[in-house]
Amino acid sequence: MYFFVYIGAFLLLTRLRTSVKYTELFDKWNQTLRWAAIGVAVSFFLFEKIFPDEITPFLGPLILGFIVAYTLKEPDFKPLKSFINTHLPLVIVGFLDAVVDLITPKFYAEYDDYFQIGVLLAFLWIFARWASTKKQQQELRMMSVKKDELEAVVAERTAELTKQRNELQDLVKELKATQAQLIQSEKMASLGELTAGIAHEIQNPLNFVNNFSEVSAELIDEMEEELEKGDKEEALAIAADIKQNLEKIRHHGKRADGIVKGMLQHSRQSNNVKEATDINKLADEYLRLAYHGLRAKDKSFNAELITRFSENLPLVEVLPQDVGRVLLNLFTNAFYATQQKQKQGDPKYRPVVEVATIAKKGMIEVFVRDNGTGIPEHIKDKIMQPFFTTKPTGEGTGLGLSLSYDIIVKGHNGKIDVQTKEGEYTEFVICIPLSVKN
Amino acid sequence: MKILVVDDEADVQPLFLQRFRKEIRNNEIEFDFALSGEDALKYLEDKHSEVVLILSDINMPGMSGIELLGHIREDFGDPPPPPVVMMVTAYGDEENYKQAMDKGANDFLTKPLDFDLLKQKLKNLTA
Repeated sequence: MYFFVYIGAFLLLTRLRTSVKYTELFDKWNQTLRWAAIGVAVSFFLFEKIFPDEITPFLGPLILGFIVAYTLKEPDFKPLKSFINTHLPLVIVGFLDAVVDLITPKFYAEYDDYFQIGVLLAFLWIFARWASTKKQQQELRMMSVKKDELEAVVAERTAELTKQRNELQDLVKELKATQAQLIQSEKMASLGELTAGIAHEIQNPLNFVNNFSEVSAELIDEMEEELEKGDKEEALAIAADIKQNLEKIRHHGKRADGIVKGMLQHSRQSNNVKEATDINKLADEYLRLAYHGLRAKDKSFNAELITRFSENLPLVEVLPQDVGRVLLNLFTNAFYATQQKQKQGDPKYRPVVEVATIAKKGMIEVFVRDNGTGIPEHIKDKIMQPFFTTKPTGEGTGLGLSLSYDIIVKGHNGKIDVQTKEGEYTEFVICIPLSVKN
Repeated sequence: MKILVVDDEADVQPLFLQRFRKEIRNNEIEFDFALSGEDALKYLEDKHSEVVLILSDINMPGMSGIELLGHIREDFGDPPPPPVVMMVTAYGDEENYKQAMDKGANDFLTKPLDFDLLKQKLKNLTA
């Protein structure tokens, strides 16, 4: 039965050789394994002739055992270790077979069949394991092919996503630049709207400056006349008037100065330094500018301006230009709403725009109310969105309230709320904490 | 001659008083002032028969000069003669002028006021 042991050894060598085929180990092992296999085949036929019957049964298991031991130690065959191990039962059964035959030939002859079945089972064991390993290997190979495919897909997707991300980042950068530009042009647009109002506001004080200086020159002539006449009392009265006029000139000069400064401040890029600001003064200034701005465009427009300023309003740490811009925007909207309502033709309608300030604990509130067209319920949620406008194309940028929201909420940690009833009124409430941390 | 000046700018008052210093002293002209259209109407309730001339600004908060003019023409024409009304405005444009004239203004002056011209007009008025 040692015939199977030889076949086992022969097939082991052949399979080892097949397994190294197409690998870099092939050149190293091809010849060795081939000659070893041939050697095994030849020795099967030769050994029977050469050696006595007591020794030949040991030679097959010895050869197989040697091959198994050698290849198990060889690192090149490490991946095949489990396959090589499947030959161990055949080696053991072969030896057992030979040993028993040598020691008790009688016993061996009696149970000859069992020993043969043992060898056969050990031999078949190798094949069974070989088949299942082969199947596993095939599955592994398929899995690795699939894995490679997946990895390729993943790499492709990753590259795609990276590209998209970079594109989006560029886009965001571009958008930020555009936004900055838009904010600047919004400022300039509102400045343009204001120009007429500003011109009017400057014109009034300048008229006073001119008039009072002119009349003062006349008064000096008169004073001289009175002095010549010797009417000292009248001359002193005139002198008092002149003095008063000079004060008026100074007052109106300063008024014009303040307006020009305010205008410059409005057009400048904000420098992000918060200052203690009198919101009453700021609101009053911008209310007038907004009013005259609109009236310069629509000369027949008239509105009642009501100011209810809290007398003990504390100063608030804000960016004055930014908050001024918010107020200006709210006032412009308020006047626009009343103007639109007036255009509906009710002869009894009187436009009223109201601004009020209230000091509360740790904050102040500014109310801007108009009795204009109001805001329809279905657009109330949209009014703070960028580019949303109800004005005809080309008239509004749609950025006014959106910027106002950013300035109050993001820039000053405040709140901006609106209450409105369509056709009746709109009231915006701005709430600003007294001290805003940057 | 009593003149009512209607303007929301308070400093208009000393200006008029000084410009017409001589006339006031010689008792040729007497001035009264109102700071709004509403004030002017209240004033006229009592004294419309005394007032010969009303000088009114057009652009004022609340009642505008044009509206005031409308009320004057409606309510204070009796007993005749009705007061002379001159409108004054910084916006000397066609539309304002037309509106003022339609409502029955006697004259239309632009700011800054030319006081020499105004004095001339007053002379013609009293002549």
